[in-house]
Amino acid sequence: MIRSLQRFGHAGLSVCAKFGWAGLFLVSALVGRPNVVLGFKLLVKQLYSVGVFSLIIIVVSGLFIGMVLGLQGYSILVDFGAESALGTMVSLTLLRELGPVVAALLFAGRAGSALTAEIGLMKATEQLSSLEMMGVDPLRRIIAPRFWAGQISLPILAIIFSVVAIYGSYMVGVQWLGVSEGAFWGNMRAAVDFREDTLNGIIKSVVFGAVITWIAVYQGYVAEPTSEGIGRATTRTVVHSSLAILGLDFLLTAVMFGEV
Amino acid sequence: MRNKKIVEVGVGFFMIVGLIAFALLALQVSGLTHITPQKTYELTAQFGDIGSLKRRAAVAVAGVQIGQVKAITLNKEYYTAIVTMEIDANINNLPIDSAASIKTRGILGDNYISIALGFDDAFLRDGDEIEETYQALILEDLIGQFVAGQISKTGGE
Repeated sequence: MIRSLQRFGHAGLSVCAKFGWAGLFLVSALVGRPNVVLGFKLLVKQLYSVGVFSLIIIVVSGLFIGMVLGLQGYSILVDFGAESALGTMVSLTLLRELGPVVAALLFAGRAGSALTAEIGLMKATEQLSSLEMMGVDPLRRIIAPRFWAGQISLPILAIIFSVVAIYGSYMVGVQWLGVSEGAFWGNMRAAVDFREDTLNGIIKSVVFGAVITWIAVYQGYVAEPTSEGIGRATTRTVVHSSLAILGLDFLLTAVMFGEV
Repeated sequence: MRNKKIVEVGVGFFMIVGLIAFALLALQVSGLTHITPQKTYELTAQFGDIGSLKRRAAVAVAGVQIGQVKAITLNKEYYTAIVTMEIDANINNLPIDSAASIKTRGILGDNYISIALGFDDAFLRDGDEIEETYQALILEDLIGQFVAGQISKTGGE
């Protein structure tokens, strides 16, 4: 009885300790005097590998999700003779929820796992400790640019995702199924509010970007330095960040759109 | 060196695509034409019933939007709804005897306030109240009256 209680308490404490460790880890990577020239070069390189390489998957899945939304939305709305509301439905769904969330899930799978594997392998091959030997802080040199790159990339990718998906649904709805073009764009513009819908969606993706890259670099940094450990850390990154995205999305939606 | 150039061109392309997408969201999808708040002035009007009028509903003259509803409060003395409207400062020549009525866009559409112009030479200024108002037409009430009328008609015969 006491034993199981103790085990429970121990588990709780170790979770808290992990969160504290991860927070300290992030703070020590980001706080400090920045080296503007070198930092910028490293950031550009990371933006390339984190952001530009994720562009293809974001664009392609955005296009298909938009097309599916257009098709499904049309077949539901046409029963009520309300197919002119297709633009409103698609754009609000994408800007408020699907854009930030799906882009974040894809980003966690595409870029988050890559970050974890890369940092984990650096640790396993003792590149991190050699950096330390040379007097270079690996947190500042390796972790910080990757974190900022993920943080900057995800909002941009989410915006691109939403735009591509809206054009995808435009292609299906207007060009193929024959919804009136004026109604599609006009109703969309009347219903979408820049601050309440567009900006709130972007705020969501900023939060997701921070959480995903934080989890990814932390898991890479604390990964067991074996090939099995790196594999497990990569899996943990994808699972933890997907769960964190979905949970946080509910919280953010409740705060942003909960009160009518 | 060559590799570095590819990286920088790629990132530049990524940034520009992101900016274009953001501009499209703002202009094409959100229909945002002005980010900075426009100059407006306020008018109030009291209605017996506002139906489902909401904040940010349109205020229109001849169907053209000239402003929006800023706030809706209850007049505790007379139990009427006080609607505060923000009107575009360019539209500064609404006659003082204009009338405000709450209308519905289509059968199931949103409520909005339509202003019917009066003939006075004096114009409404910031903080003025529109005296003449017509409350919202509530479809359910109309149907109820119609049904009641039918029943009393058949009952009378």
